[in-house]
Amino acid sequence: MTPETIFYSVAFPLLGVFLGLVYKGIDRRISARLTSRIGPPIRQPFWDVGKLLLKETIVPKNAIAWLFNAMPILAFASSLTLLLYIPFGVLKAPLEGYGDLVVILYLLTLQSLAMAIGGFASGSPFSSVGAQREMVLMMSYEMPLATVIVGFALIYRSFSLTTIASTPVWSIVSPLAAFGVLLLFVALLTVTPAELAKLPFDIAEAETEIAEGMLAEYSGRNLALFYLSDAVRGFAMAAIEVVLFFPFTLSSILGLSLTGFALYAVEALWFLLKVLIIYLLAVTLVRTSFGRFKIDQASRIFWVHVNLVALLGLALIWVGV
Amino acid sequence: MGKLDNFKRSLWVFHASGGSCNACDIEIVAALTPRYDVERFGIKLVGSPRHADVLLVTGAIPRDFADKLRRVYEQMPEPKAVVVVGNCGTSGGVFYDSYNIAGPIDEIIPVDVYVPGCPPRPEAIIDAVVKAWLKVEKLEKKLEGKEE
Ligand code: SF4
Repeated sequence: MTPETIFYSVAFPLLGVFLGLVYKGIDRRISARLTSRIGPPIRQPFWDVGKLLLKETIVPKNAIAWLFNAMPILAFASSLTLLLYIPFGVLKAPLEGYGDLVVILYLLTLQSLAMAIGGFASGSPFSSVGAQREMVLMMSYEMPLATVIVGFALIYRSFSLTTIASTPVWSIVSPLAAFGVLLLFVALLTVTPAELAKLPFDIAEAETEIAEGMLAEYSGRNLALFYLSDAVRGFAMAAIEVVLFFPFTLSSILGLSLTGFALYAVEALWFLLKVLIIYLLAVTLVRTSFGRFKIDQASRIFWVHVNLVALLGLALIWVGV
Repeated sequence: MGKLDNFKRSLWVFHASGGSCNACDIEIVAALTPRYDVERFGIKLVGSPRHADVLLVTGAIPRDFADKLRRVYEQMPEPKAVVVVGNCGTSGGVFYDSYNIAGPIDEIIPVDVYVPGCPPRPEAIIDAVVKAWLKVEKLEKKLEGKEE
């Protein structure tokens, strides 16, 4: 651990929280525009968090208090840790070399798991139903998600995100395998709303049927932590997709030869733009256009359709590489 | 923690429907539509009283529902405000002498803002929620004062 690493490990999470909230704001604004509303200002999520921090934090009488209070912290911490594994444009990931795609898979799972455990611990029937749904959903989408990661391991013979980001996947595979990669991309895009608990897969947090499900009993500071981890996770998930599928740097596309600060600034903005596009495609557009699925429908979609697409993609890569 | 502005800009509303005829509820939903769009003021309907700053109650409250309403009110974290929407809730409305009504809502839980009308217009509901802001802010100041 050099001082540089430590600086990054502090700066990245702060930046990640900020960006996560900004992206959430943009998401809400664009979603409103899509339904011909004006929508909240982009700073709205910051005010929401500020307000939640001012509210009373209630621990229900029949909740398991320590578990109930620990889970929002776990979710928030794991989402911040997630950020440390993502190479940011041309910057290296701060924890480069300490973990890879498999760790990312586990950190993503850990967050959903923390929410589910928090739901069970809050002792409310609504939360329990929500937590059970979340577990079922997790079991459904983990398989396609793992398939995508195995596909990348097959191509690169490495799980490291920095290795993957350094050479765009499309440039090293045969046309057949490229088609496989495309299928993996489709599978990952479908998994994204489920992973982030957004419509049409926000079955575990359905506010109309089960009173916000797992979050039903959370208030004040605990809810703010979940809110933040949700925002960070949205940003991180889109960033992972960019790193996996669109790692092209702007200077390589336009043939620029930038150096020093200009390079970092331009590439960072370019990276953020790519993340924004993926975010809008995978989350905003989808959540505005669809209604909520039932849990059995969602389960079938992932186990049958998305899984088929992902496995076919994997097979093509296996044959093609 | 002097960030009272946050309440001015982000207010989450929980809607509890008692024995309402559903017209008041529809008017509340109307406030979310493109024509009125309360989300641009940061007002959002939430699904759990634990997340709410303001409780909207509609309808005359049947005897059976009175203690449930009390519990919903108690589950909301401080600071909180209550808005009653519609004549039924404010006075009993057309059901004022019904044998099955637990009385106007302010006999069950403390009410801060009344919105008369049968049903009231969405503008009136938005106005009431904005008035509830002031109350929430005042409460928050009081809470802060206690801590000092
Ligand atoms: S006030 Fe009128 S519109 Fe509202 S619930 Fe009562 S009867 Fe229905």
